Amino acid sequence: MKWFGFIAVFLCGSLFIYGTVEFPGWGDPLSPTSTHVSPYYIEKTMEDTSVPNIVTAVLADYRGYDTMFETAVIFSAGIACLFLLRQMKRKKTDFRLYRHTATGITFRIEKGGKLPPTAKEFERIDGLWTPYDLIIKTTGRFIIPFIQIFALYVIAHGHHSPGGGFQGGVILGASFVLFAISHDLRSALNRMSEKLTAFFYTLGVYIYAGTGALCILLGANFLDYSALATILFVDPVTARSHGILIVEIGVGIAVMAVMVILYYNLVSAGKFDEGL
Amino acid sequence: MVDLLTIIISKYNYWGYIVLMMIGLYAMIVKKNLVKKIIGMSIFQTAIIFFYVSIGMKKNATIPIISHGHDGGEHAVHAVDFINPLPHVLMLTAIVVSVATLGVALALAIKVYQQYNSLEEDEIDSQIKVK
Repeated sequence: MKWFGFIAVFLCGSLFIYGTVEFPGWGDPLSPTSTHVSPYYIEKTMEDTSVPNIVTAVLADYRGYDTMFETAVIFSAGIACLFLLRQMKRKKTDFRLYRHTATGITFRIEKGGKLPPTAKEFERIDGLWTPYDLIIKTTGRFIIPFIQIFALYVIAHGHHSPGGGFQGGVILGASFVLFAISHDLRSALNRMSEKLTAFFYTLGVYIYAGTGALCILLGANFLDYSALATILFVDPVTARSHGILIVEIGVGIAVMAVMVILYYNLVSAGKFDEGL
Repeated sequence: MVDLLTIIISKYNYWGYIVLMMIGLYAMIVKKNLVKKIIGMSIFQTAIIFFYVSIGMKKNATIPIISHGHDGGEHAVHAVDFINPLPHVLMLTAIVVSVATLGVALALAIKVYQQYNSLEEDEIDSQIKVK
């Protein structure tokens, strides 16, 4: 099997390499990819949309329909992961563990026992709970706000510099994942609950598709942002720029929430109790 | 000889991606461990992303962001001065989609492990045959 696989892969690779003889050279400005549709994008972006970052303009405006379904793909990946792994029925345990945060004493409450008052001194923990590492926890707390600010900057400044909804959303999601790693899954769920995550990734796709539908209601084609000029009180070109920003915010929210829900599900195998 | 050398110099980028792609394909075909197969799939996707980004490259061109002044200085934009933005757009979405597919693949692997207590393909196979 090993040799068969190697020979098959080798033959396939040789065929591919033979095929590259006809390919345009590295960095050839006259290659077919650079001569058909992309010159239009490069030369007309500024007058059509007034967005200097051509990648953002093509992503959210010229190819907006494609990007909408990419967002839907990410949304359905989050849903699929949820359906595959999430265990809705909670296993009944005989006891619950609560930790008094000030003293570090752990209480074991037997079944039918009385809950501690829902004050801030107590936190629910699991059998596998390990003490927080002070250095990791402090560094995480210190660095997470800066990561989030940077993520918002990447989303908002996607028109003028490399960035946009996808990249900013991933960075924002990574900050929540970092919080969950440096603390534990329960404290992450207290900050960003599963329901809130589900709300966010629905909201993201809804913002995108809703912007498109709004354009139809205003009498233009689906995702033709220039129709938004009448409600944003700007000229049609600036309206396309603003439309791109609205859509990118939607993408950012959806990507962030899907990253978080993927992490939550994978790390606890759908039980949502103790993570890494 | 000189012809061969120019071919090698102008095409070596493709060869790199093909090698990377074949490493991923080999891992997907031969490796018995499901996680190794998933890693192979990721390498394969990365090779395709690299390939797309490289065909957008143009010599003596800059990144596809038009520099603009505050006075709205409208100087003509020539397509030869900027690299092709289209492959970047396509791969931007492909990267995020590959993360999403990776998440679903890992979820499936966790499900398989819960069912068979193993991620090795042959062990899972023998357990299926016994049933």
